[in-house]
Amino acid sequence: MASVALSEAEKVYIMHGVQEDLRVDGRGCEDYRCVEVETDVVSNTSGSARVKLGHTDILVGVKAEMGTPKLEKPNEGYLEFFVDCSANATPDFEGRGGDDLGTEIANTLYRIFSNKSSVDLKTLCISPREHCWVLYVDVLLLECDGNLFDAISIAVKAALFNTRIPRVRVLEDEEGSKDIELSDDPYDCIRLSVENVPCIVTLCKIGYRHVVDATLQEEACSLASLLVSVTSKGAVTCLRKVGKGSLDPESIFEMMETSKRVGKVLHASLQNILHKEESLGPKRQKVGFLG
Amino acid sequence: MKPYGFLAVPRCDSAWPAKIRGSRARALPDRALVNCQYSSATFSTGERKRRPHGDRKSCEMGLQLRQTFEAAILTQLHPRSQIDIYVQVLQADGGTYAACVNAATLAVLDAGIPMRDFVCACSAGFVDGTALADLSHVEEAAGGPQLALALLPASGQIALLEMDARLHEDHLERVLEAAAQAARDVHTLLDRVVRQHVREASILLGD
Repeated sequence: MASVALSEAEKVYIMHGVQEDLRVDGRGCEDYRCVEVETDVVSNTSGSARVKLGHTDILVGVKAEMGTPKLEKPNEGYLEFFVDCSANATPDFEGRGGDDLGTEIANTLYRIFSNKSSVDLKTLCISPREHCWVLYVDVLLLECDGNLFDAISIAVKAALFNTRIPRVRVLEDEEGSKDIELSDDPYDCIRLSVENVPCIVTLCKIGYRHVVDATLQEEACSLASLLVSVTSKGAVTCLRKVGKGSLDPESIFEMMETSKRVGKVLHASLQNILHKEESLGPKRQKVGFLG
Repeated sequence: MKPYGFLAVPRCDSAWPAKIRGSRARALPDRALVNCQYSSATFSTGERKRRPHGDRKSCEMGLQLRQTFEAAILTQLHPRSQIDIYVQVLQADGGTYAACVNAATLAVLDAGIPMRDFVCACSAGFVDGTALADLSHVEEAAGGPQLALALLPASGQIALLEMDARLHEDHLERVLEAAAQAARDVHTLLDRVVRQHVREASILLGD
């Protein structure tokens, strides 16, 4: 992970500030930085989203392709995640340097979405045991300024909301062979319901308190963090501790309560933004990559 | 660590050359080492790409970019250093090499690294007796001859020239001229943008 070198004095300053609920940029312990979300930024994809959380910049593209369903789930499609850490974020990611981090993030995403209630995979089925839609969700990390998991989960949710899968019909002729016909209308498509898609809230333990949405500097002061995956209703679907330090069981319960609180607010604002963006329709001014 | 030079172009997102890097083992005693990496996002092309970088085409592009910029950057002014140019393609619709070179030129200028001249690039092709400049993906896929040209506009020197498929030598001059003219047009645009940016920056600094 991209890291920043901090002196002991700077670490002490940050820790003391956090004890008083005052962070370096003036936020409270449970405040997020300003999040910018924009969908439909890459035209080659079925759905895309770009999220900027402070200086952390994530671009997610979803491509829908036809494939065969998995043997153990013949009536469902599935999602495949791939995370690419661009060398633009830090020169350490050049070549294969970003592979470790990319695999870690992709595995976390797989775990979150392995929950049956996150996405209704039955809508991705075309004909049982033969054809289904496979959604390739590709995450591109353009710039890293702390709190990668949160930003990535927000971007994945926004991209899935934006995904439009063409509607297909299966035609069976007399011999029993099946033919797949694409709808003539390019706007005739199926959308995924992202009501239950969770978002990750990362809580970093700094001193005796924990903070939400840590910057790179704050992550350098924290020895242990908790990744909590929260749905819009406040249900926790996945929990993971990262970092070399250890956590008290009481702190873990406290952090979980904070994450549920913060997660609900995050989901509400995200839904708001996504619906507002969609209601603007084709007249929306797109900022894209030039902003 | 923030990039020293950064530019976003609708099809190609380019990032920065870093000034001094740790790997002195690879450093050259009399000039700077230019290191380029070309990476294109898996969702950038119509068909999903399996690997963003590390495959043959990306490595080849990286080498071509390196050759182009070694010709333009004044490497003697920065001995025992390394300049990293990382190009990230977000969406590809033909002419990726040209877009990469144009974006990287601006990024290098933004980083303050001295160059001989702008490097402007354009692709060109030949269809039905007509020379075409700046081919789109559909035109590239049609299979005709394709030429990629990187030019240093002030002197007219060519930094990189590459051509695929067969083209009769009688037509070469026309195709080359089409690419060169398009590159010169790109230069006019880049020059105007850079001057405007410098003007705005100096106003903000209060000079």
